Amino acid sequence: MEESPSAARMPLRNRLQGVLIRHESLRGFLLLAPALVILGITVAVPFLLMSAMSLWTQIGFDYADDWSLRNYTAILTEPLYTTLLLRSLTMAMVATFVTVVLVYPMAYFLAFHVHSNKLIWLIIITLPFWTSYLLRVFAWRVILGYEGVINSGLMELGLIGEPLQFLLYSRVAVIITLAHAWAAFAFLPIYVSLEKIDKSMLEASADLGEPPVMRFFRVILPLSMPGVIAGTFLMFIPTVGDYVTPTLVGGPDAAMIGNLIQLQFGTINNWPMGAALAITMILSITLVGLFFMALMHGLRRWAR
Amino acid sequence: MTERFEFHKPNRALQLYAGLFMAMLYVPILFIPLFSFSDGLYIRFPIESFTLRWYAELFERTAVLRALENSVRVAVSVAIVSTVLGVFAAKALARYRIPGRGPILGFILLPLVVPPIIFGVALLLLVSALKIPLSLYTIAAGHIIICLPFAIATLLPRFEGYDAAMEEAAADLGENGWWVFWRVTVPIILPGIVASLLLTFTVSFDEFVMAFFLGGTDLTLPLYIWGQLRIPRAFPVVLALGTLILLFSFALVFIGLRIGRRGAIKLVDRG
Repeated sequence: MEESPSAARMPLRNRLQGVLIRHESLRGFLLLAPALVILGITVAVPFLLMSAMSLWTQIGFDYADDWSLRNYTAILTEPLYTTLLLRSLTMAMVATFVTVVLVYPMAYFLAFHVHSNKLIWLIIITLPFWTSYLLRVFAWRVILGYEGVINSGLMELGLIGEPLQFLLYSRVAVIITLAHAWAAFAFLPIYVSLEKIDKSMLEASADLGEPPVMRFFRVILPLSMPGVIAGTFLMFIPTVGDYVTPTLVGGPDAAMIGNLIQLQFGTINNWPMGAALAITMILSITLVGLFFMALMHGLRRWAR
Repeated sequence: MTERFEFHKPNRALQLYAGLFMAMLYVPILFIPLFSFSDGLYIRFPIESFTLRWYAELFERTAVLRALENSVRVAVSVAIVSTVLGVFAAKALARYRIPGRGPILGFILLPLVVPPIIFGVALLLLVSALKIPLSLYTIAAGHIIICLPFAIATLLPRFEGYDAAMEEAAADLGENGWWVFWRVTVPIILPGIVASLLLTFTVSFDEFVMAFFLGGTDLTLPLYIWGQLRIPRAFPVVLALGTLILLFSFALVFIGLRIGRRGAIKLVDRG
């Protein structure tokens, strides 16, 4: 991109800067291009296709691209769909809430009370989450199973006569497993936000004679709220769509929307409906997210 | 730093809580190796006697060995492709003023948050619309979506961590772009590259959901395990296989995180 002599005359400095920036961003985009093209093909295009297909209808082994909202009307009116959708949202919400509450003290401990080898602590806490999700969920099946670790252990100790039925194949089992499997997603942002708090601020509050409990509620908790919110989202969003956990430890009473989506692409073989369910799931997650943000915003204004 | 400041005093209650937390994190996983050595066909206490026979049986199953080979092939290709793409993308994001940097980074990191079933299903639709048969290649394509964010998140802090002046100096001394990249940039970010290779390899090696939707008749290890989970009699062998996979994955990720250091933490920092 050479400058023409006439263009270079008047606002010379601005033009030069402009060309430089354009050059620079052009070079940047060139480097980004391979990644963006691949993500475009594997993420953006499929997503558009999925949106389109959600408006089609399955007829036998074929689709009719009749562009109707039939799938969505079915999802919103038939109890099977609404029940599973609401259940997935509530179960993910409960699991997220439990996890955030359980993880907060640990993050607090690491941020304020550990003074050496923090990196090793962080690695050990996050290590399991990089490894096989399937196996970590399977571990809970081993623990909660009818003849699993808990039941056979308690029977061996003579505390119960026969296995507890409710352990496996229940919503509680799914929530426990989700909490265990996704804890790092809630942990990391909360830890980072606590770590960033300026310690001198806390000393100032201590010097002014504020008791530790008040200091926690008036300084530490508010300052860590961005991390809590980020952690909530990072865990809530992926858990709504999970189907591995409900399949392995949930049973029919704890089936989630992910199971239904999977079935549409499997035995039920209604791909347009599967696409519509996937899109409905994303939309409802977004809706819950917006509601949560509004709630947090309202709380903050009220607290002031 | 005042001596009396409470954070420098040990807090017994919190220490206890941290101990319990770590136990809750690791003990459930440890039951997999524990029962893999149990002689009984059922997973239950008491463990009567210990054995290595499940491990021996594992190596006699050709299906396991084939799945292992498939998994390694997919994971190696995915690790290399996503790390190479990640190096370019991270350099662009760290070095150049790119309009719309925020949304672009958000788009790239999206797969970290969005349920993988969405990407799996969507990609399946495209692949079948194009009449591409499901195979290890389609699994690898799905894994690249998931691994690219990890690669970039690991590499980006590396690029942001060193002075661009070093590259400029080399360029001023007459090196051309590619030579600057090979002789200055790559050595500096090498730890990030190694970390990214190890982490993306493990993520792909252990990934199940994408493989479930995009896999054909060639199974990867997680797909093989999934098939076995329907047969309770197969559990002991699954436990033995799971033990080896977990051991291998933990080792790779530990090394990767040690080398990559700030990557994972920085990522969350950015939200």
